[in-house]
Amino acid sequence: MSISVRLPTVLRPHANGEARLDVDGETVGEIIEGIVRKFPGMETNLLDQDGSLHRFVNVYVNDEDVRYLDKMATAVMDGDELSILPAVAGG
Amino acid sequence: MTVYRGIDELIGETPILDVSQLSPNSNVQILAKLEGSNPAGSVKDRIAKAMINDAEMKGLLTPGQTIIEPSSGNTGIAMAMIASQRGYPIVVVVPESISVERRQLLEIFGAEIIFTPGEQGSNGSVRVARQMAAEHPEWAFLYQYGNDSNPRAHYETTGPEILRDVPDISHFVAGLGTSGTLMGVGSYLKEMKKSVQVWAVEPPAGENVEGLRSLDDGFVPPVFERWGGQDLLDRKMIVRPKESIECARLLVKEAGLFAGISSGAALAGCRKAAAQIESGVIVFVVCDYGWKYLSTGAWTSDLDSATASAEKIIYF
Repeated sequence: MSISVRLPTVLRPHANGEARLDVDGETVGEIIEGIVRKFPGMETNLLDQDGSLHRFVNVYVNDEDVRYLDKMATAVMDGDELSILPAVAGG
Repeated sequence: MTVYRGIDELIGETPILDVSQLSPNSNVQILAKLEGSNPAGSVKDRIAKAMINDAEMKGLLTPGQTIIEPSSGNTGIAMAMIASQRGYPIVVVVPESISVERRQLLEIFGAEIIFTPGEQGSNGSVRVARQMAAEHPEWAFLYQYGNDSNPRAHYETTGPEILRDVPDISHFVAGLGTSGTLMGVGSYLKEMKKSVQVWAVEPPAGENVEGLRSLDDGFVPPVFERWGGQDLLDRKMIVRPKESIECARLLVKEAGLFAGISSGAALAGCRKAAAQIESGVIVFVVCDYGWKYLSTGAWTSDLDSATASAEKIIYF
């Protein structure tokens, strides 16, 4: 199943400048793996050494932060949109 | 009625308005905590007062000393209001992408404003304020993102007010900026009533921060980490500018409530929560009113051009 992934400006240079990718997978973890397989330069940007999400990366499925769903095991379905955003200051 | 002796005595004890007519589920009440009713116009009045009082008490802020603070606006405005009454000069570092009204309010309360590039978002302001504070050790740097008085103000005032006024609360929804409101109110509510769910709403801020060189320039507020934010929050979701404006308009139309754009985002979060639960009582924070966002046309332009203007400014 192919999921549409939105990339933030800061990550686009690692994906040949693409703003959107279509990646196959059934969970967030599989999608992230798929991105890294296609663009190895993404790995250190997306993942920590232990394979968990980089501290300054937030991943959302249909705008819900996956850290508060099932993290990497969060299921994705046809038509879902995955967004990757850098953690920035608010307030 | 009491006669108040100083403007900062008017901070807190804000009213709660039932806006359940906006709930998509008739078994779920939605209640708005009106923080726009604070004297400088936002929820940030509480933390500004708490941080300044705490620094004075600890001797970190002495008469006549200059204060420096990074802010996307509301904290700076609140601190400038209090500083003006207590005789502290204040320097506020803000992204140039704040609304013109936020800028004017900082000027009105006598702050010296330092602008940082809009494409760096609030991260740029944090960086510059830290640099300036290091170059001026004689200044007081209270630093809302890392100051425990920020969440503590909410733990000690906002949280208890909410539970006192709405003892049957089931969900608390608020915008995520420094995380102070969510950490303080969330911790208090969960300590007192374990079943309460805490939901965070945020704008797609990182999307517009074009000036980020790498993800290592990312930022998670120290307050969020120290107060165990990841365990405390039950859900966290993005609400985009268009939906935020639509909900801000609904608040005006259905409840006569002229709330800021981020409060529209919080209402959108409440409506999502209400649709997913069987029954409950949701309290959300109206962190400010709409006055500071009139220039975006959020209520007066057509939806698409209002959305385009809101995307260019920081409204959280």
